[in-house]
Amino acid sequence: MKRYTIFVITENFIGILNRITIIFTRRGINIDALTASESRLEGIHRITIEVTATEETVIQLVNQIEKIIDVIKAFYHEDEAVVYQEIALYKIPVSKLDGGLEKVIRQHNAKIIAAEPEFVVLELTGHKEQTQELLEILKGYGLLEFARSGRVAVAKRMLTIDSFVK
Amino acid sequence: MKESMIRGADIVVQSLIAEQAEIIFGYPGGAIMPVYDALYDYHEQIKHVLTRHEQGAIHAAQGYARVSGKVGVCLATSGPGATNLITGLADAQIDSTPLVCITGQVAAHLLGTDAFQETDVVGISMPGTKWNIQVRKVEDIAPAIAKGFYIARSGRPGPVLIDITKNAQVDFGEMNYAPCMGFRSYKTHIPVEKTAIQEAAELINKAERPYIVFGQGVVLGKAETELKFFLDKTGIPAASTLLGSGAISQDHPNYVGKLGMHGNYAPNLLTNQCDVLIAIGMRFDDRVTGDLKRYAKQAKVIHLELDPAEINKNVKADIPVLGDCKESLSLLTAAVSEKTHPAWMTKFRELEQMEKDAVMQHDITPTKVGLTMGEVINLINQYKADDAVLVTDVGQHQMIAWRYFNYKKTRTQVTSGGLGTMGFALPAALGAQLHDYSRQVICVVGDGGIQMTIQELGTIMQTKAPVKIVLLNNNYLGMVRQWQQMFFDKRYSFTELDNPDFVKIAEAYQIKAQKVTDRGDLKEAIEDMLIHDGPFFLEVVVEKEDNVFPMIATGCSVEEVRLS
Repeated sequence: MKRYTIFVITENFIGILNRITIIFTRRGINIDALTASESRLEGIHRITIEVTATEETVIQLVNQIEKIIDVIKAFYHEDEAVVYQEIALYKIPVSKLDGGLEKVIRQHNAKIIAAEPEFVVLELTGHKEQTQELLEILKGYGLLEFARSGRVAVAKRMLTIDSFVK
Repeated sequence: MKESMIRGADIVVQSLIAEQAEIIFGYPGGAIMPVYDALYDYHEQIKHVLTRHEQGAIHAAQGYARVSGKVGVCLATSGPGATNLITGLADAQIDSTPLVCITGQVAAHLLGTDAFQETDVVGISMPGTKWNIQVRKVEDIAPAIAKGFYIARSGRPGPVLIDITKNAQVDFGEMNYAPCMGFRSYKTHIPVEKTAIQEAAELINKAERPYIVFGQGVVLGKAETELKFFLDKTGIPAASTLLGSGAISQDHPNYVGKLGMHGNYAPNLLTNQCDVLIAIGMRFDDRVTGDLKRYAKQAKVIHLELDPAEINKNVKADIPVLGDCKESLSLLTAAVSEKTHPAWMTKFRELEQMEKDAVMQHDITPTKVGLTMGEVINLINQYKADDAVLVTDVGQHQMIAWRYFNYKKTRTQVTSGGLGTMGFALPAALGAQLHDYSRQVICVVGDGGIQMTIQELGTIMQTKAPVKIVLLNNNYLGMVRQWQQMFFDKRYSFTELDNPDFVKIAEAYQIKAQKVTDRGDLKEAIEDMLIHDGPFFLEVVVEKEDNVFPMIATGCSVEEVRLS
């Protein structure tokens, strides 16, 4: 089992996400993370799915996703073949702000993006390992809330979606 | 409002007519009433058959589609009307049957409010359709229907569901029907790779024991003639899957029988002795392969297939040949050398003789008192027309009928293959018959399955469809009972049936009916049935505890096929 990123280039139709996710559900495969966004081209969406599975399974998933009528193209990459980022937000009570926390923020290159009378919100963008590491540390600072996005990714290979959209 | 505007419901019907739909199988109800109202005005252009249940409607549409090669059309209301289609959709999806099902839906402003007869049919049917869509505006009706027909019939065919809200049916809009010719996210034509053909041809030319297994893809791809030429030239033995039966005549010298759990002895056993396995338009279903770890491991596999998702799904292909098999088969035929394989063929014939001695003769010419399913089918063979359609349900009778029916023409096999839907046969036979009243349609069904959709005798009565119904009655859910006998210590848990007087039921529906319990009456009864002008119901009481052999038990390898 390995971590793979599946890219789906699709028409922006109602229900498309459902159609894609039931392919995973049917085989009892968990989606680690999923993000959907508009692509560079109008009307075309790209969905990025992170999944841990064998390559054989991923190939079959991709084939079945591509079979969905409104899907234009689906492909997969190993982690090494994609550039990816995730964003994480951490809500910390103001009462815990001290010199120790300041050091942590600096060391991890996190940012304070909101400050309220009772809490501050930190932001860190990076790979899951990095955001996870900060999470573990901040648990010691009375962490109130934590949220992490799915992966946004672009493939390293020089191929644009225009070649699939004709 | 412009004068040229018509109601959405009229657009629905006119769109179906534009797609050359001849017949709709359906059942009315609240949310589809505007379309039914419109149908009242078009009865000369399009026929509608009122079934007795929506499941009957969709199986009838499947039967129609399977024999005609056209798109079957089905109409139902929202809520329970729509959910009653689900089994048929799943069946058509797994057996690649082209259907367009139109369901009514509550008005758009009520969606999501749990309105009367509201159900999320688009959500429910998503995994069981090739494509589905909800139409909420009148102007979207015609494009959705055009796209639906295109998707249903192109590429690997399948069922489409179009859910139309009631407001869209009653609103007025313009009718400018434009058939769908394709769109960017859906590629139907995959050009066959010449290098794959070349590699496949080289492998075939070098092969000493090549073997062809073909499926319904040959029929769906209209590649029957191409398959015949390929067989003629290469001399390679060929076996068919359940749904591939009829793609070539069983009289063809290369034809060696049927594959699968209850297929023939030689084709299963010798799968593990061939050196090159050429799979054409088939998907290596588990009922065909048995244990995959021990399936054709010694062979190089060439897989001719239209659907990329089928390549390497179950069996790894050494040479995948993607594309329409009509195209790939003719390219391949041109590239291979002319050959014969007499020694290899003899192996098939020797094992065939073993099966004849051990199984077939007891099935066809039994010495015991009780009637066998096999002798009934064998007698049907003697009197049936060459292009007679055999429609079967699911279970022992299905396997026996398939084993012994003499398939001579394409599109003569209608059965629920992938899904194994009991209750399929009676409505499917009705649909097959309504495509062509003059064609012989023989519906072989068991006493379990017929009672799942027996209400469709009413539709047969009303349409006067001359379906010949042969009920093979053993007062058991026979296939389950066989498994209970073989694998569950004969613990016959809820498989015995106390059955009604079927003949009386048929007669109550004004269908001529006869019951046969003695061998002496069988021949005449079958003759009478087949020459009868109109529907006929023949109940044959067969041996209660007969089993179907050969058999590859679950988890076994094809080479472990048993004769008893």
